Amino acid sequence: MFETKGGVLFIAGLGFFALAFLSNAVVPVLMYKDLPEQPVEELVNSRIMYQFEDLARRYPEQFKKYVGDPTEENCAKLMRLGRQIYIGEGCWHCHSQFIRPVSNESKRWGPVADSSEYQNALQRPVMFGTRRVGPDLSREGGRHANDWHAVHFFNPPVVSPDSPMPAYPWFFDGSPDKPNLRGLAIITYVQWLGSWLKEYPYYEQWEDINRED
Amino acid sequence: MSQTVATTRGEELVELKLVKLHFLAAIIYLGLAMLGGLLMAFQLVSWNGLNGIELLAPGRWRMVHTNGVAYGFLANAFLGALYWVVPRLTLHRVYSRALSWFIFWAWQAIVILTVLGIVVGPSLQAADWVQELAKRWNLPMSLGAQGLEWGETPFWIDPVALLGLFLVAVNFMAPVLKNKGPLYVTLWYFLAAFVWTFLTYAMGNLLSEYYLTGTSSGAVTGLFIHDLVGLFVTPLGWGLMYYFVPIILKKPIWSHGLSLVGFWGLAFFYPLTGIHHFLYTPIPMFLQYGAVISTIAVEFVVTTVIINFLATVWGEGRRVYTNLPIRWFYTGMLFYFLTCLQCALQVTLTFQKLIHFTDWVVGHAHLVMFGVFSLWLFGVMTYLFPVLLGRPWYSRRLAEWHFWLSAAGVFVMAGDLILAGVFQGYWWASLQPWDVSITGSHPFWVLRIFAGLAMFGGFLCFVWNLYKTWCEPAPAQATAPAAA
Repeated sequence: MFETKGGVLFIAGLGFFALAFLSNAVVPVLMYKDLPEQPVEELVNSRIMYQFEDLARRYPEQFKKYVGDPTEENCAKLMRLGRQIYIGEGCWHCHSQFIRPVSNESKRWGPVADSSEYQNALQRPVMFGTRRVGPDLSREGGRHANDWHAVHFFNPPVVSPDSPMPAYPWFFDGSPDKPNLRGLAIITYVQWLGSWLKEYPYYEQWEDINRED
Repeated sequence: MSQTVATTRGEELVELKLVKLHFLAAIIYLGLAMLGGLLMAFQLVSWNGLNGIELLAPGRWRMVHTNGVAYGFLANAFLGALYWVVPRLTLHRVYSRALSWFIFWAWQAIVILTVLGIVVGPSLQAADWVQELAKRWNLPMSLGAQGLEWGETPFWIDPVALLGLFLVAVNFMAPVLKNKGPLYVTLWYFLAAFVWTFLTYAMGNLLSEYYLTGTSSGAVTGLFIHDLVGLFVTPLGWGLMYYFVPIILKKPIWSHGLSLVGFWGLAFFYPLTGIHHFLYTPIPMFLQYGAVISTIAVEFVVTTVIINFLATVWGEGRRVYTNLPIRWFYTGMLFYFLTCLQCALQVTLTFQKLIHFTDWVVGHAHLVMFGVFSLWLFGVMTYLFPVLLGRPWYSRRLAEWHFWLSAAGVFVMAGDLILAGVFQGYWWASLQPWDVSITGSHPFWVLRIFAGLAMFGGFLCFVWNLYKTWCEPAPAQATAPAAA
């Protein structure tokens, strides 16, 4: 059996692969089967809409030209496009999107990542990430203003002197006050990250001001 | 052993031109991939004079770097070696000559389209029709990279790549299945690898793109990342070692029993390890523990394989120095042992706390992909090109430079990045401002550039040596013996 074609083909090739697939892939799939995938439209909330409307006020001509009106439908569209750019430009190879319960990460970035945060169309495939050259982004929304992001994407060292992040001038029509469709989209996507949390926008020593005790 | 028979009949069974062309394609893509890596390395220390040019974006070229190595270099080099090894071991031709040529051109088209997709795709992303389709079909619709590490092959190429992998499996499994009687170790690894590679590619690229969200997507992504190394690259690599080492040393592998342990241990434990890429994520903890335990089990299996190969060369240790291919192979095995030992440690939750997300992992990846498998394939090429071209290497000196620059380069790079990772981990955990981990990494990243340049220099020596060997006027006797 151990040296025959059948053994190698069916036990090692198919059998062991299937065993691993069952235990490591099917099990989590079954565990989360009652958490359905949320479509992008349902992810639009008041916080991201605030940032989206802010974009429309700050860059009125660019916004009108590329997006139109700051409606919820357009916001969903830009979140979708923003995520595609996030993937296409390889952002996820230097920025993670999950907070671990160790190494003081919840002090730096806020609440530890939870499965329910990821059951949506903007996490298929999931953007956990495997390397942090730059900081984690899963609680980035609201921590910087839209114009900070615009300047940062245009030329990161201007606002973040030691940053080795590449410049993305192709998100703009020539200058940082003129973001084009891709620029508006990636800013919308980044501002959405973490907007669903109670602790928003997260900053160090965050406290719940509505707490009753 | 049947090899002696195979050598005499080898010439009529093997399509030599395909071996040569696959090796050539592999070398071209390796050059491109290394340039992509260097671009990212220069960016990290802010010395990238090309920063701000859209089609040279370091983020995009980083993905050309990893995918170019996996699908351009490793896949092509493996295919070339398979065309040499499989017919010799089975005494049968591959399934079809026409199919082989079709696979060659189709695979090059896949790799070139992947590079084009990753580099140009994101520029076309904002088009209206892309958004329309993304909404209507509820798909990510990334024209450029797919959001799957090591599987950034754009989603519109995936079906073609899968078809290619299926044809590869048919082409090489046909002679293996025609073979009567027990199979040699190499063929166990190859046979399993053909099945695994196809399944792994389908699982990672289709499930995470179309069906799985969030945490379950993370579990499958982890499986994919690791299975690609463990079930595609590793079995093909070890298969080649079990073939070439005994042939060159002219003695059998020391223990057949240990070969069995090595193969079945890998087959059982390796597929179970994937989730170790995502420890401390929301993926259920018992799955993470399972992955940690099987990873440590893999290390024990690896030790048996290493012992087997060390025992094989026992008594002829000098040949590790004098014989270049053997030196490439055994250096790769040394790195393999180091990297697996490292793996058994770093996979524990204790280490993960500190080194996850850091350059430690990047160092580990280079030690595996370059230090082991690229070194082995350089060894295979160093051995086969003189046979294929019918003349000795143009310069032994250049071949030595290729070896020393590559081996020393990757050793320095891996050591440097692994150490950098420890520093980064402590800076983060001690809540230093983020910039501290950037400025503190600077010296490590500078050293990494020089290590990378050394590896690229070794590569250039190899290319120049090959060019001179290829273009030399043919010697009187066309087919020199495959002596070593």
